[in-house]
Amino acid sequence: MEQVPIVKIGQTLFVSIQIDLQDDTVVRLQEDLADELSRTGASGVIIDITAVEIVDSFIGRMLTMIGSISRLFDAETVIVGMRPAVAITLTELGLSLSGVRTALNAEKGLEILNGKS
Amino acid sequence: MDELPIQSGDDVVRVRQQVRTAAAENGLSLVDQTKLVTAASELARNTLVHGGGGRARIEVVKSANGRAGVKLHFADEGPGIADIGLALTDGWTSGNGLGLGLSGARRLVDEFELDSKPGTGTTVMVVKWSR
Repeated sequence: MEQVPIVKIGQTLFVSIQIDLQDDTVVRLQEDLADELSRTGASGVIIDITAVEIVDSFIGRMLTMIGSISRLFDAETVIVGMRPAVAITLTELGLSLSGVRTALNAEKGLEILNGKS
Repeated sequence: MDELPIQSGDDVVRVRQQVRTAAAENGLSLVDQTKLVTAASELARNTLVHGGGGRARIEVVKSANGRAGVKLHFADEGPGIADIGLALTDGWTSGNGLGLGLSGARRLVDEFELDSKPGTGTTVMVVKWSR
């Protein structure tokens, strides 16, 4: 199983998904992020999905859960870089990703996190 | 076209990639490609998780008015679906998902046929047409 790397810069954990996501990989990412949040006390998570070609109901649910889990560690999650076709498909699928914030790109995502003190 | 096995998460990814290629080669727009690949992902997962594994087949089809389309078949010999109407309801789930897999996949495609009997397995056929 492939692993998605998590990089800590300042108080933020950065995740950039560059592979075709399997269910197991997303579950692993969720666990790794919980571990990292607990270990580092980071206050924010940015998940860059610029390279992600599809978000189906399972991946969408996992992203929402990552948002809920990080809140339990007093951290906020921002999903950035969603492709237009993915946004349209997610909406038609009936997924709203409620509970996670989204931003156009990593820079804007960081602004959201930095506005939170 | 060849049958693609669905026995692992890797196989699900491979099905998605092949569907993407077929959709792109047959003139589906980027949004329609994404919808079809997303539907394929939902259906391949169902085949793997609920059907205990199975196979997918990708077919290029032409409509009566000459439009190209991509048709996907998914088949398993799993436990089958007792109540198809219920299984196609938004929010109904047999597991711990959101219950959007089957109903969501149906919304993302132009044609959808589901055939299932308890004990004999499930087949799903979907088509997405180019515009």
